[in-house]
Amino acid sequence: MKHLSRIYLILIFGILYIPILTLILFSFNAENSTAVFSGFSFRWYIELFNSPDTFEALRNTLILAVLSALISTVIGTAAAEGIYRMRSKLMKSAISSVTNIPMMNPDIVTGMSMMLFFVAVFGILGLSGDSMGFVTMLIAHVTFCLPYVILSVLPRINELGNSLSEAALDLGCTPIQAFFKVKLPNIMPGVISGMVMAFTMSLDDFVISYFVVGSSSFQTLPLLIYSMTKKKVTPDMYALSTLVVVTIFILLVISNLKSGKRVGDKRKGGVKK
Amino acid sequence: MKKKHSIMRSIAAAPHVFWSILFIILPLIIVVYYAFTDSEGSFSFENILSLADYAPIFALSLELSVIATFICLIIGYPMAYIIAKAKPERQKLYIMLLMLPMWTNLLIRTYSIMAILDDGGFLNSLLNTSLHIVGTKGAVIFGMVYDFLPYMVLPIYTCVSKIDKNMWEAASDLGCKPVQVMTRVILPLSTSGIISGVTMVLVPSISTFYISQKLGGGTFELIGDTIERQFVTGALNTGAAISLVMMILILISLSVMNRFTDSDEGGIIV
Amino acid sequence: MAKLIELNGISKSFDGEKVLDSINFYIRDGEFVTLLGPSGCGKTTLLRIIGGFETADEGNLYFDGVEISDVPAHKRNINTVFQKYALFPHLNVYENIAFPLRLKKISEEDIQTRVRDMLGMVKLSGFENKSVSTLSGGQQQRVAIARALISHPKVLLLDEPLGALDLKLRKDMQNELKSIQQKIGITFVYVTHDQEEALSMSDTIAVMAEGEIQQIGTPTDIYNEPKNAFVADFIGESNIVDGIMLEDNRVKFSGHIFDCVDGGFGENEAVDVVVRPEDVDVVAPEAGMLTGKVTSVTFKGVHYEIIVDIRGFKWMIQSTDYVSPEATIGIYIEPDAIHIMKKSKYSGMFGDYSSFSDEMDRLSDADAAEEF
Repeated sequence: MKHLSRIYLILIFGILYIPILTLILFSFNAENSTAVFSGFSFRWYIELFNSPDTFEALRNTLILAVLSALISTVIGTAAAEGIYRMRSKLMKSAISSVTNIPMMNPDIVTGMSMMLFFVAVFGILGLSGDSMGFVTMLIAHVTFCLPYVILSVLPRINELGNSLSEAALDLGCTPIQAFFKVKLPNIMPGVISGMVMAFTMSLDDFVISYFVVGSSSFQTLPLLIYSMTKKKVTPDMYALSTLVVVTIFILLVISNLKSGKRVGDKRKGGVKK
Repeated sequence: MKKKHSIMRSIAAAPHVFWSILFIILPLIIVVYYAFTDSEGSFSFENILSLADYAPIFALSLELSVIATFICLIIGYPMAYIIAKAKPERQKLYIMLLMLPMWTNLLIRTYSIMAILDDGGFLNSLLNTSLHIVGTKGAVIFGMVYDFLPYMVLPIYTCVSKIDKNMWEAASDLGCKPVQVMTRVILPLSTSGIISGVTMVLVPSISTFYISQKLGGGTFELIGDTIERQFVTGALNTGAAISLVMMILILISLSVMNRFTDSDEGGIIV
Repeated sequence: MAKLIELNGISKSFDGEKVLDSINFYIRDGEFVTLLGPSGCGKTTLLRIIGGFETADEGNLYFDGVEISDVPAHKRNINTVFQKYALFPHLNVYENIAFPLRLKKISEEDIQTRVRDMLGMVKLSGFENKSVSTLSGGQQQRVAIARALISHPKVLLLDEPLGALDLKLRKDMQNELKSIQQKIGITFVYVTHDQEEALSMSDTIAVMAEGEIQQIGTPTDIYNEPKNAFVADFIGESNIVDGIMLEDNRVKFSGHIFDCVDGGFGENEAVDVVVRPEDVDVVAPEAGMLTGKVTSVTFKGVHYEIIVDIRGFKWMIQSTDYVSPEATIGIYIEPDAIHIMKKSKYSGMFGDYSSFSDEMDRLSDADAAEEF
């Protein structure tokens, strides 16, 4: 049974990783092909680093992801606290349902609706589609990141309960001090994971960006990749993806080691007790 | 006085409420508006009526995504179960391995599958064959399964790993055989994980356009492709009408599925 | 002693359910007051209203003669030790205790001396840099007390603070809390459902049930002169039987006329009669004022707990002498061991030892109903 399980996992993970591994392999291909491997070279990496378009797209993607993560984390954390304090059950569930719409709706519908909204607003303001781009994408990204932030912060707040805040008030904090000095530090893991989730959602988004970018020339990596895969892909995209995969892999390993250490610490504490 | 007091309590939610009204509800209202007007802006049922033409596309999208979701469930459930039963350190490793592909851009992953399966692709050049895979329904389904499998495994894993270890022992203590433990105890207890896994696979599969573009080889059109085509060609009213119908269908099926889970978080976790 | 806190007609409902019904009550400066009652009696809600975490629907709350009903918690000179301590997990012991001082912009040196002194008082010197999550229950409790006392409140509210501790530690902490209170001389308002805890620590006990105060008095008053069947049953063990007050100092119950020391009731007034189990003497059947058949005998260490069926009513007797089950015995009660109470809405609900808990009562009632 045990062996069977292991074989099963290896098989599925194997299939899951074949495309990624071939992608890494072909990023080192000497020829301009994603089908036939004809020799090892760094050619595509060099080309990648010499391409201003890629760098600009990378920069745009990061700026957009950082800003939308920050904004959605601030609004979302405040919202989670507000929702927690809400007395009316009806109000609570109404707000959570609306919040969840972008998460439940297919991206393509969210993208379409926001695009139509921006077209209408820009029409009223007399602006052309060229001025869409960064701002509209930022708004769209914050909108679809918000549910993830709230989803990761709200359970923490619920779990924490009222007692710590009440203790803080009791000891002389104003409600605002109580939030920042006591509640926030204790829900920080949820806030951080919400922010990380928002950041990666934004980083990864293609569909919604594609719809709301309008006719502006603003490019993010997913948009760039899309426009490149419209034609035949050259291995420099593979090189870029390889770099992304490796970066994420390193980040995952680091965060795992860190949290692994924390678990270890806790265990030690438990033994002492 | 009392009323004001209770609004002040939740004032922190105000920016979010404002944001949601402006950027979630208003855009949806505009979708409805577009769906019921023609390109001149006057009221019309034409867009909605013309949807009948797209019924076969809807049906095809539904067929492929349901098959893909089902395969994900069949493959994903045992996987989630095995991971949940593994040692804690191993669980971590497996989850990490599962997340990594998710964090690689979907376009790239899909393109890479295409490059492997294509007529002149890696697989054919490796095996020296001329298999025709890209352009078949099978290839599209494979792409969906491949891209969205982790979304099936993760919620089921979370759910199964939360089941109290004593539950297994209690069930076998009460005379369940291993298979019965599975079917009578574990499976019912992981329903909420299955449902959220199914939605998380079904929704992106049914609405995808990239997977069908690449792995369908342009031979058939899914509903996502149709919407995208309306968008590209500027037929926004038809696009809005299709989006509206798709959204309504999905929201209905989600709420039906949510009926099956009576979890407290029901409202917030889909 | 002056009135420090005064509650005037305080009422509170949650979701239409009344949890406090027009409470009138005052607390004197420097007093150790206990709000005692079963869970759901409204004692914690009352405490939370005093602390400022709930607002009363009706009534006024005065502190030192000033109305404070609308003053928020952080502006009240009242601090709380919470049920599960509510220590801040992100701060160490020192920072938890220093927390209220830091809000007041007190100099670092002053903070240090005050925290050190306080740690000394709660016997936690040397624990400054420990994380609160590594402390034992008793230590966490001390940190919570130190944190609540550091800013010199005039009143300390304690919400079942010993609930999470084991029995022996609880006894130690009871003594310690009492001595801390005497040392610093401020008012303690203590909430508990544990009658023994209330009796051993308090200057004044307010017994609560169903959102009302049943009786206020010193521990001895409450034990010896319970006002109604609820109080008699809740504080200690009591046999509560129906009786008729024939005249002053003469009461009839269980078919026998007893001498007693109570008076002031109407002639032939129906009353509740309370007899504590330790006040009943076991004698030979022919020498007994009442006789009955023993239904169970349980060894309790210091005494035997004997349940006797006297005319269908199960009495509890605590005796150091063993009697055999099924035996017929006589009982003898001194006049001053008989306590007479006016009839109340709790009459007939308590004081019969067919079973110990209400839950078993309901079960056996159901059984009985089925038999018919």
